[in-house]
Amino acid sequence: MTQVSSPADKADEASEAVVGEQRAPAPGGAGGKEVRRLDRVIIRFAGDSGDGMQLTGDRFTSETASFGNDLSTLPNFPAEIRAPAGTLPGVSSFQLHFADHDILTPGDAPNVLVAMNPAALKANIDDVPRGAEIIVNTDEFTKRPMAKVGYETSPLEDGSLEAYNVHPVPLTTLTVEALKEYGLTRKEAERSKNMFALGLLSWMYHRPTEGTEKFLRQKFAKKPQIAEANVAAFRAGWNFGETTEDFAVSYEVAPASQAFPTGTYRNISGNLALSYGLIAAGQQADLPLYLGSYPITPASDILHELSRHKNFGVRTFQAEDEIAGIGAAIGAAFGGSLAVTTTSGPGVALKSEAIGLAVSLELPLLIVDIQRGGPSTGLPTKTEQADLLQAMFGRNGEAPVPIVAPMTPADCFDAAIDAARIALRYRTPVFLLSDGYLANGSEPWRIPEVDQLPDLRVQFATGPNHELADGTEVFWPYKRDPQTLARPWAVPGTPGLEHRIGGIEKQDGTGNISYDPANHDFMVRTRQAKVDGIEVPDLVVDDPSDARTLVLGWGSTYGPITAAVRRLRAAGEPIAQAHLRHLIPFPKNLGEVLKRYDKVVVPEMNLGQLALLLRAKYLVDAHSFNQVNGMPFKAEQLATALKEAIDA
Amino acid sequence: MPDTNELLQLVPKAEAKQSMKDFKSDQEVRWCPGCGDYAVLAAVQGFMPELGLAKENITFVSGIGCSSRFPYYMNTYGMHSIHGRAPSIATGLATSRRDLSVWVVTGDGDALSIGGNHLIHALRRNVNLKILLFNNRIYGLTKGQYSPTSEVGKITKSTPMGSLDAPFNPVSLAIGAEATFVARTVDSDRKHLTSVLRAAADHPGTALVEIYQNCNIFNDGAFEVLKDKDQAQEAVIRLEHGEPIRFGADGSKGVVRNTVTGDLEVVAVTEENQSRVLVHDAHAASPATAFALSRLADPDTLHHTPIGVLRSVVRPVYDTLMSEQLDTAVERDGKGDLSALLAGKDTWTVIG
Repeated sequence: MTQVSSPADKADEASEAVVGEQRAPAPGGAGGKEVRRLDRVIIRFAGDSGDGMQLTGDRFTSETASFGNDLSTLPNFPAEIRAPAGTLPGVSSFQLHFADHDILTPGDAPNVLVAMNPAALKANIDDVPRGAEIIVNTDEFTKRPMAKVGYETSPLEDGSLEAYNVHPVPLTTLTVEALKEYGLTRKEAERSKNMFALGLLSWMYHRPTEGTEKFLRQKFAKKPQIAEANVAAFRAGWNFGETTEDFAVSYEVAPASQAFPTGTYRNISGNLALSYGLIAAGQQADLPLYLGSYPITPASDILHELSRHKNFGVRTFQAEDEIAGIGAAIGAAFGGSLAVTTTSGPGVALKSEAIGLAVSLELPLLIVDIQRGGPSTGLPTKTEQADLLQAMFGRNGEAPVPIVAPMTPADCFDAAIDAARIALRYRTPVFLLSDGYLANGSEPWRIPEVDQLPDLRVQFATGPNHELADGTEVFWPYKRDPQTLARPWAVPGTPGLEHRIGGIEKQDGTGNISYDPANHDFMVRTRQAKVDGIEVPDLVVDDPSDARTLVLGWGSTYGPITAAVRRLRAAGEPIAQAHLRHLIPFPKNLGEVLKRYDKVVVPEMNLGQLALLLRAKYLVDAHSFNQVNGMPFKAEQLATALKEAIDA
Repeated sequence: MPDTNELLQLVPKAEAKQSMKDFKSDQEVRWCPGCGDYAVLAAVQGFMPELGLAKENITFVSGIGCSSRFPYYMNTYGMHSIHGRAPSIATGLATSRRDLSVWVVTGDGDALSIGGNHLIHALRRNVNLKILLFNNRIYGLTKGQYSPTSEVGKITKSTPMGSLDAPFNPVSLAIGAEATFVARTVDSDRKHLTSVLRAAADHPGTALVEIYQNCNIFNDGAFEVLKDKDQAQEAVIRLEHGEPIRFGADGSKGVVRNTVTGDLEVVAVTEENQSRVLVHDAHAASPATAFALSRLADPDTLHHTPIGVLRSVVRPVYDTLMSEQLDTAVERDGKGDLSALLAGKDTWTVIG
């Protein structure tokens, strides 16, 4: 193999006109083989959903993170736990983009595809640009597995892969061979082939290996034989790369030391960051954290994670259904906990009535919606942003709920804390709108200093807050803070503040049942005014060159939009960029920002929900650019669309 | 079976002696004149001082329906929530605040129709809740449709030709749902109602109390057979733990086990069969006999309706177990350290 596909061919990060340009080969290298330097690489591992591709990807990610590259990941798997083996719907993949500089997305197209079987090749080949490297497990390219996915002739032999650099490797045979001393059945030994592949890729890209060996020994601590077999397969993969002539070149991607501010880093996924944000919010508020939840993809990992941290006083309650999940959270909020419910779109639909109750009760509550493809069951394991209008309007009556949307996996931590701030300060349910892409994707995260986290402590009511005309001191549960319009939070157990609240309209102040028309009008407007008055930072616009076109996004499209913007600017196209974290309320300067530009383009993974709101509220001619295929935007495609908008 | 509920010790006691008046809120009671709910409210308000808990540590949570207005009239903490969901909300409160005495007030529609799922799961978990299920066998607040406890063939606005579905027997349902405490009482029998409340309050875990309650507007006289002095003797079976199950004039009738089918049946007590009359054991580990007792009542005529505590057994309480896991986690891992958690184990440092 002499020709290396240059990532420059499919650069999706325009920060470098020199992206991927091959630099002078480093001399030496393992086994005297040639070592080349790259500035970034996109690898995709693909196999059956039982082949352990997610684990393989996770391990490569950890190695890469500890090496100090910037990185971004895109796990992609079917909803079925073990779809029929060898079929196209059963293919599971994990894409990882890593670089010696700051990157924003998991990358558009892989430079390297690892295909564990014919289905994996077939399902992914369309995404692989010509010239890229493909490592295939030849053991699986036999008649039946190929026929299963419609290969009449072997793609390894019929010339259809001529444009690629194919490395045929009998991964299964080599793995079984390497493990023959371990006393495993053939089937058991075969299962380690993903570790063989990981070892090979680790050699190709000079990844550190200690972490993976340690990980394997911990994971299989109770089965030392299996642990050692996996380590052996991993090492065998590495050694295979080093010795076989088929792999003549290995690559180095230097740490991204320039891209990162000083600090200590770890790799983190969105759901993990969100879980930590919730725990941190509980600690910073000095309140016990209570999660009421029902398992649902892709939110369950938050339930799992929080369940592991009972030593923080975190209570997790796996309810009988979505409604009970939020019900328990509302009960805990009434009792003075920082209460959370986690779910995805279908769960939000079920919780709607209870969210309305929380609006009426004016208790702090976090509703975490990890959006997935809809409607109905939709695409459980794929990403989408189509719950925005449901979160905003999906309730009976006028029931405003603030919405906070994280932008990147690591940002889920800060967004969770921000959502808790709003909930606690304004005594309101708050939506945290993440999505499947953020939830499962990961990136390096600068670990925050705990003493730099915001103070979220609140004061429970302790005594009467109102004096009647006759001088009697009483407690009024709906007497509001004049500044925030928040009502007092008087928790059971506080003597003298016994009071009743409920979903029926309440009289202003006393909170007693009231059917009075004028009072209802006042209360509806007051609840709205409270939410409208929530303090959120102004929208920041990145516009270095007085552009006429603004691209405005929200949520997880931040990475792809920013990558596309960099690309355009590198090509000399002026474009302004802004990203919304707060969707209710909108930043106060949003209208003014929108009016500053001739054109406003709004890319969304829905059919234009934010654009609809912008048009309605600000009377601007916002243009939608939409994609609802269950996948994040590709930077290339976005850049093209934005260019068209600029030129239009 | 412990004499006192240890969990009650977690709830602060009232500092001064309380009276019924202390538990009346300043809100005007808005049930229909003559509604059975008044009697239940009075009984609960009258019982609370005996319980002697600090009233700020008592919370009533309800769903939707006539009975669910109950919390507004109690001078304690309270929440009038949404239809059917009170058990879930109360679960969140009780599991996060073990220093509270949490009561749920619900009705046959609220608990058994829209909220059936939450009820059965609260019962199986054995959360420390006292659930008062007001059963009037009709929908009152929506003006008179049949309910999941209405007898088959009930003529109502929504069933002009008669209802078609077989009713739930709430006591049978609760026993089937692994309830640890199940009792039944009647709105008009203040003394019996109070005795059942006392037993429920004393029970560690979920206590379900079915209260037959008259809706004098839409289902008047539904329980008359149990209240009318002459008929009640034959219709009502008063259960007392440790006592032979006898009823009727001078205890002329009794409940025996059919040795062939294993089921229970009502017989006229004679010299010969007297020794076979079942002695009520509310604490029996097996729910079989309690369930069989709950099936004695005829759903149409209500003849042979057992009242009192059908089942009262001790099983670990969910809130206690949850709390113990938190303590165990602290013992095992130490109190949570946020810095350590955020840092994790796999980090790298970038030096400027």
